[in-house]
Amino acid sequence: MGARPVQEIVAFCQEIFEDLHFAKAREWKAARPGRKVIGYMPVYVPREIVHAAGMLPLGILGGGADMEVIHGDAYYQSYICRIPRSTIELAITGKLDFVDGMMFPSICDVIRNLSGIWKLLFKDKYVRYFDAPQNFRDEVGGVFYANELRELREGLERLGGRTITDGEIRRSIAVYNENRRWVNRVYDFRAASPWKAPSAEVYLLMRAGMVLPPEEHTLLMREYLAAAEAVDRPMRDNCRVLLTGAFCEQPPLNLIKSLEISGCYIVDDDFMLVHRWLLEEVPVDGDPIWNLSRAFLRHSAQTAAKYEPDMAEKGSYLIDSIRRRGADGVIFAAPSFCDPALLDQPMMIRRLEALKIPYITLKYAENSGQMQPIREQSGTFADSIKLWSAS
Amino acid sequence: MSQREVVKSISQLMQKEMIGRNYDRITGGAAKVSSTFVPGNLNELLMCFDIANNLPEINAIQNAMRKKSGEMITEAERAGHSEDVCTYVKADIGMMAKGNIAPNGKPFPDPDVLLLSYTGCFTFMKWFELLREQYKCPTVMLHVPYAADGRPTRNMRDYIVKQLKEDVIPTLEKVSGIRFDIDRLRGYLRKSAVAEDDLVWMLESSKRRPSPIDCYFGGVYYMGPIFTAFRGTDEAIEYYRLLRDEIEDRIARGLCAQTPDGDMPEEKYRLVVEGPPNWTSFRDFWQMFHEAGAVVVASTYTKVGGVYDYDGFRHDPDHPLETLADYCLGVYTNRSLPTRVDMLVRNLQEYDADGLLINSIKSCNSFSAGQLVMMREIERRTGKPGAFIETDLVDPRYFSAANVKNRLESYFQMIDQKRRSGGSAASAM
Ligand code: SF4
Ligand code: SF4
Repeated sequence: MGARPVQEIVAFCQEIFEDLHFAKAREWKAARPGRKVIGYMPVYVPREIVHAAGMLPLGILGGGADMEVIHGDAYYQSYICRIPRSTIELAITGKLDFVDGMMFPSICDVIRNLSGIWKLLFKDKYVRYFDAPQNFRDEVGGVFYANELRELREGLERLGGRTITDGEIRRSIAVYNENRRWVNRVYDFRAASPWKAPSAEVYLLMRAGMVLPPEEHTLLMREYLAAAEAVDRPMRDNCRVLLTGAFCEQPPLNLIKSLEISGCYIVDDDFMLVHRWLLEEVPVDGDPIWNLSRAFLRHSAQTAAKYEPDMAEKGSYLIDSIRRRGADGVIFAAPSFCDPALLDQPMMIRRLEALKIPYITLKYAENSGQMQPIREQSGTFADSIKLWSAS
Repeated sequence: MSQREVVKSISQLMQKEMIGRNYDRITGGAAKVSSTFVPGNLNELLMCFDIANNLPEINAIQNAMRKKSGEMITEAERAGHSEDVCTYVKADIGMMAKGNIAPNGKPFPDPDVLLLSYTGCFTFMKWFELLREQYKCPTVMLHVPYAADGRPTRNMRDYIVKQLKEDVIPTLEKVSGIRFDIDRLRGYLRKSAVAEDDLVWMLESSKRRPSPIDCYFGGVYYMGPIFTAFRGTDEAIEYYRLLRDEIEDRIARGLCAQTPDGDMPEEKYRLVVEGPPNWTSFRDFWQMFHEAGAVVVASTYTKVGGVYDYDGFRHDPDHPLETLADYCLGVYTNRSLPTRVDMLVRNLQEYDADGLLINSIKSCNSFSAGQLVMMREIERRTGKPGAFIETDLVDPRYFSAANVKNRLESYFQMIDQKRRSGGSAASAM
């Protein structure tokens, strides 16, 4: 790729983001006969195995702000979040017709049950509910998880009609290690100079990684970083916030933009946690299944969908991120009706209150339209932080 | 609840006494106490350590039936818990804020252990993480994987057994000071299986016409002992024997289902119900059915603490830990949607029901997410009409009696119409 200016890279990502027909993934599939695409939902699936099978992992994050949900509402009651209904809408309107299989991770009962809906409605597709352990001992949760990975591997082998070798998984681990390194660099860069990497841009860049093959996404991030560093952009008098709770249904892009416009630089977030779920490099030698299992058990992000066995550790991941990123406060942004985010929130809030870290809470749906109240709320929050730190 | 006189049978009186005694044990101060959940509750295992079994869901139900849950939920929401989340959790947290008083009027002691049987419901995990902050007591997680492909796998079973061996049992030993005795467990499991046989007989008695029991509103009482602190006891065996005798007697006398207002005079509609009941207006809700001559012949809520009829599960004393794993894996909400659909289709057919009613609970994603798809699939497979109502468990704000009544009336009319025409009826959504 040549040296494109930032705007061009962002426009490229935006196009991918807005395209609910997933043209890029369709192109990838069409480029070689026999290729397969496996959709997955938040929060984490081991994409390495899918990649090693020669398949494209495709992140499905609902229908976004602009898609009209016509049929999906007949599938879900009003008191259930929006992502499953818009995901169903994508499927029944043919936008996922090229997707050969879907993975539903164990994040909550809505996604869990969506796996069953898929089985009922799309009987010819590969459907995998992907359970991750809530026990983090090697010989207990580790063995269980390694076996789940093996089952996934076998399932994909059957679907793809070929074996997946250990060598292929190792190579894929290396590809994702490299991808994660660059994701982290982008996050570090934004935290260090948030005016140079606006959150809406970083968001779009990460969204592109839900559709593009990881190798391409890595190149894109490298290109973006080089271009963003080279551009001089004005530094605003914004406060620095960490945004948490948005790990599944995504907020509208406008919400992210509104937060920054109203005076909050987002210096860390949990959008698309799958990119950063594993916190350390996964070893590329040895048994790749064990390596993935161990990485999950020992070095993975803490989020509401995961049990924290040690009460004293509850919330420490959030507190560490606040410190590491030098955040002044936290925005709890949860999708309406999101059990994991909303049930976790009071515990996180108690930690913050004990440390006198300011926070606000807001709820959204992927299609929330009214940004004015959110802008006012975050604007007031930013002002109060500035006042507080000046006093 | 109104002041109407409630007709109670001997088994009901016995159960009331059992429950009262359990609350006295929990609040008495002599026994160690655990909190755990109804689905996948390991009562036989807790009994091996002389630990009393306190079930917060049951406390929430008790409070709802006494019309106290509304204020508890408001209390929890005032303390920062979202209006969007499960009201069982909020009723429990609100109860703590209001002094944690048990139904016997005595304060609940802080639990000695939280046994987080993570089975069939995501909320359980957060619920006990929240309680753990309050009680600061040992908390042990038993992660039960979701049987997504309709059948538990060996990997799932092994994982549960290992957790029992390496986490759950050692924690309970430590809390109680009692060494684990697997033969003691076998003994309790043997008793469980005896009671379970009579329980299944009871469930299946409603295949008769008229059905001698209501298997939803009445069913929740009949399920009480097996789903709570009594599975594995002689009392549970005795209770289900007594219940069986009573039902046999009803059958012999050709009686319709028993209700709090006496026996139903006539059985006009036979329904299968999916989803938990509403507890805040439980009796009024029931009345809407029995007054119309509708009896529930099968319900999924009576499988929430364990499924015994669908694939013949019984606790197996010869494989004590494995059987606990299978039990946990098999509870209704831990089963895949296609399996749930299959169960309901079979119920509709085998119990010769007129249709399926779904009571969709706002609180409960585990039950509710996907129910509309289930209903359509079941209608398609059986040709029997479905109807959908929405209420909540213990939050009185979400029970609209007028709406529910209207919906039920039009559903009954639709069944009538279908009978007259002999054709298929559209859904009453
Ligand atoms: S938004 Fe929350 S409740 Fe909805 S599917 Fe995602 S994690 Fe589950
Ligand atoms: S979400 Fe449903 S299963 Fe879970 S605690 Fe609430 S009512 Fe029970």
